[in-house]
Amino acid sequence: MARLTINGQTHEVDVTPDTPLLWAIRENVGLTGTKYGCGIAQCGACTVHIDGEAVRSCSLPVSAAEGKRITTIEGLASGGTLHKVQQAWIDHDVPQCGYCQAGMIMAVAALLKDKPKPTDADINDTITNICRCGTFQQVRAAIHAAANA
Amino acid sequence: MTHMPRLSRRSFVVGAAAAAGGGLALGLDIPLGRPKAALAQAATPEVNAWVLIRPDDTVVIRVVRSEMGQGTITGLCQLVAEELDCDWSKVTYEYPTPGESVKRNQVWGSFSTGGSRGIRTSHDYVRKGGAAARMMLVQAAANQWSVPAAECRAESGVITHTPSGRKLRYGEVAEAASRLQPPTDVQLKDPRTWKIAGKPLKRLDTANKVTGKQVYGADLKLPGMLNATIVECPVFGGKVKSFDAGKITGMKGVRHVLQVGDTAVAVVADTWWQAKTALDALPIVWDEGPNANVSSASIAKMLEEGLSAEQGFVGNQAGDAKAALASAVKKVEAVYAYPYQNHATMEPMNCTARYTPERCEVWAPTQDGQGTFAAVLAASGLPADKCEVYKINLGGGYGRRSGLHQDWARQAVLIAKQVPGVPIKLLWSREEDMRQGRYHPVMQCKLTGGFDASNNLVALHMRLSGQSILASVNPQAVEKDQGRDALTFQGVTSPNLLGGEYALQYTIPNLLIDHAMRNTHVPPGVWRGVNINQNAIFMECFMDELAQAAGQDELEFRRKLMANHPKALAVLNAVAERIGWGKPPPQGVHRGLAHLKAFAAYVAAAAEVSVEGNRIKIHRIVAATDPIYAVNPAQIERQVAGSFVYGLSAVFYGECTVEKGRIVEGNFDTYDSMRIAQMPPVETIIMPSGGNDPWGGIGEPTICVAAPAVLNAYAKATGQRIRTIPLKNQRIRMA
Repeated sequence: MARLTINGQTHEVDVTPDTPLLWAIRENVGLTGTKYGCGIAQCGACTVHIDGEAVRSCSLPVSAAEGKRITTIEGLASGGTLHKVQQAWIDHDVPQCGYCQAGMIMAVAALLKDKPKPTDADINDTITNICRCGTFQQVRAAIHAAANA
Repeated sequence: MTHMPRLSRRSFVVGAAAAAGGGLALGLDIPLGRPKAALAQAATPEVNAWVLIRPDDTVVIRVVRSEMGQGTITGLCQLVAEELDCDWSKVTYEYPTPGESVKRNQVWGSFSTGGSRGIRTSHDYVRKGGAAARMMLVQAAANQWSVPAAECRAESGVITHTPSGRKLRYGEVAEAASRLQPPTDVQLKDPRTWKIAGKPLKRLDTANKVTGKQVYGADLKLPGMLNATIVECPVFGGKVKSFDAGKITGMKGVRHVLQVGDTAVAVVADTWWQAKTALDALPIVWDEGPNANVSSASIAKMLEEGLSAEQGFVGNQAGDAKAALASAVKKVEAVYAYPYQNHATMEPMNCTARYTPERCEVWAPTQDGQGTFAAVLAASGLPADKCEVYKINLGGGYGRRSGLHQDWARQAVLIAKQVPGVPIKLLWSREEDMRQGRYHPVMQCKLTGGFDASNNLVALHMRLSGQSILASVNPQAVEKDQGRDALTFQGVTSPNLLGGEYALQYTIPNLLIDHAMRNTHVPPGVWRGVNINQNAIFMECFMDELAQAAGQDELEFRRKLMANHPKALAVLNAVAERIGWGKPPPQGVHRGLAHLKAFAAYVAAAAEVSVEGNRIKIHRIVAATDPIYAVNPAQIERQVAGSFVYGLSAVFYGECTVEKGRIVEGNFDTYDSMRIAQMPPVETIIMPSGGNDPWGGIGEPTICVAAPAVLNAYAKATGQRIRTIPLKNQRIRMA
């Protein structure tokens, strides 16, 4: 049994301690916005925030997330107001299939918290999520728009 | 049970509505009852098969092509809405089910979403659907006013009786319109007058994709559902010999350990992670069959033999290429090679099924609802009236989820049959997805060009040697064509083959393009662009080699061969002009060009690159496309840039290696994909030429031109010609 604090709510989840956080979030808590893409921290589709930092939840055991503040895509907006990254994504019509976008948005939200006005080089260094549809051109434009929002 | 908390009818209906795009809880009358596509219809008058209008004027447009990111829902809705003259802000959409389609005599036509066909092969009948609905709404209003319909006009969802100025909203007359006979003579608008179609409108399906609410196949939750994962024999064609279920049956959450057909083993558990952990621990003995020694090297050797084999299926021919080459003053020859590649959709293959002897229901992220329906019938053994398929959003498709590749649907049904009454969600691991692909076919190509004394290209022989997709997925089509797979020639065909959609855009007096079909045990599949990818590299890189051998400018050399191909020339000229061809590039920067006709669209690209050591920096790519008609320029731009990501990832990193009969690469650490840091700015020139030519596709055509443009620029920069894909094998990477 693990105790997880996700989007401000506490959940008791019946999993082994080595279960990846991703699967506890998706299957035990039932929040499916966080995606499975690779399981080896390569693609970033599973990105969540842990104490405000972007983390690839597919490769983090639940035991390492206990007692920490976990935020998923479902908890990024505050109340009825979208996070500025989500709004920029809508304004720039970023998603194609959309499967990687929750992870992409979480990675970008963490970047903007760290660097409110990222340069292209900052983006290149930090945003390493895979998108097979190839939305990168819109992603870059939307990051700069969110930074200036 | 803690594995499925928060599940309530309400939350599911919300999820289902999201899955169907918000139109309604379409086909997902939860929990698990018979689908009620009628749910929406009961409250929403169906004006005709394509258009439903609610009393509050919401317009629900039916779309049967699958949305997988390419924007087909938005584009098709634009076409219907244009002719309907409705208020775009009130448009939503829904997916009819394949079962409904059977009941209604296939009224919506083909569900198949591949070959960039979504819009280009249905624009005519979906527009007529919108126009007919508008005529019926106008007639209903005219009837209510007892005036001739000719005195009424429709605009933005409002019908006006012109002489009196009276007005009625669509929502007010939809019920009456739904009872009218449909018109027989339906005229379409002149596209030059379009107000909704042809405009760079936002997608209709974005909101849920930024909040995590969008439900993909992998996210589906059904009451009482169990989770499964599977492993097929890693050697294609092999079988299960034995497995020791006792080793894992005691593991937490494990419910069933099942053989699936002759070739696979699945574990069903409370959660997917439990199933995966158990399957990884399951000892399985495989009968690997006759292919356990096949390797990439042995396949390459077989293909090499085909390069000089006497016989080949002909895809394009003019004059006598062999004789002309024999008497040519100068000859140039080169051999190229293209590897197996996986689709690697971000969402691994998955499918959910519930089976009882009375009914089989399947929830599928599919590119082809009808293709999945056929697979479900075959796997369940039940008749059409006892089966239904509900389409769920796809986390990428690119061909892997096409109607031709329904292995995952079959597996889900075969598992569900062994656990009757229980919904089973089958989700593959990424490793299974990488190793059980339907791979971009492997191909080698020998090109020989011949010049006369004045350095004119007088002959070209292009010999392809490699795998046929159709021979694997549709052998009847190959048999009908005397053994030939015409699709192999995509982009280089004779003018009439495949309807001319992929015709070579050069006129060469003596030409032979032929294919030595060399099939392997590795299952090939359709892929974004598929055979245009290698054919564009072969043809367009070799064109540069020929131009350089003749001492001519690469653009001028092409232009001379393209006088009879004005639309292809127009897109090539457009990218050349925009990139500044003929003017000096910035210091250290080199340029390359390529073009092709594919999926009835004319496309071209020009790239600027610089090379430092073994790293290629792509500074900029200019693309041009002439899709004949452009339904949504903003989405076209996104598809073009996106296709370059997929195409450049393939040319730099994409290879599935075969060792001991199986695929080596298992994940993105060994099958890399381009990241944002490598993404060059892409400028897209959209130049629809209109007229009566068949409409061209959008999602795929441009994928093939970025790679040869970059390879041609690399050759200019270094003097080195790369002829073997992917570039990672030559230690070249994207900077």
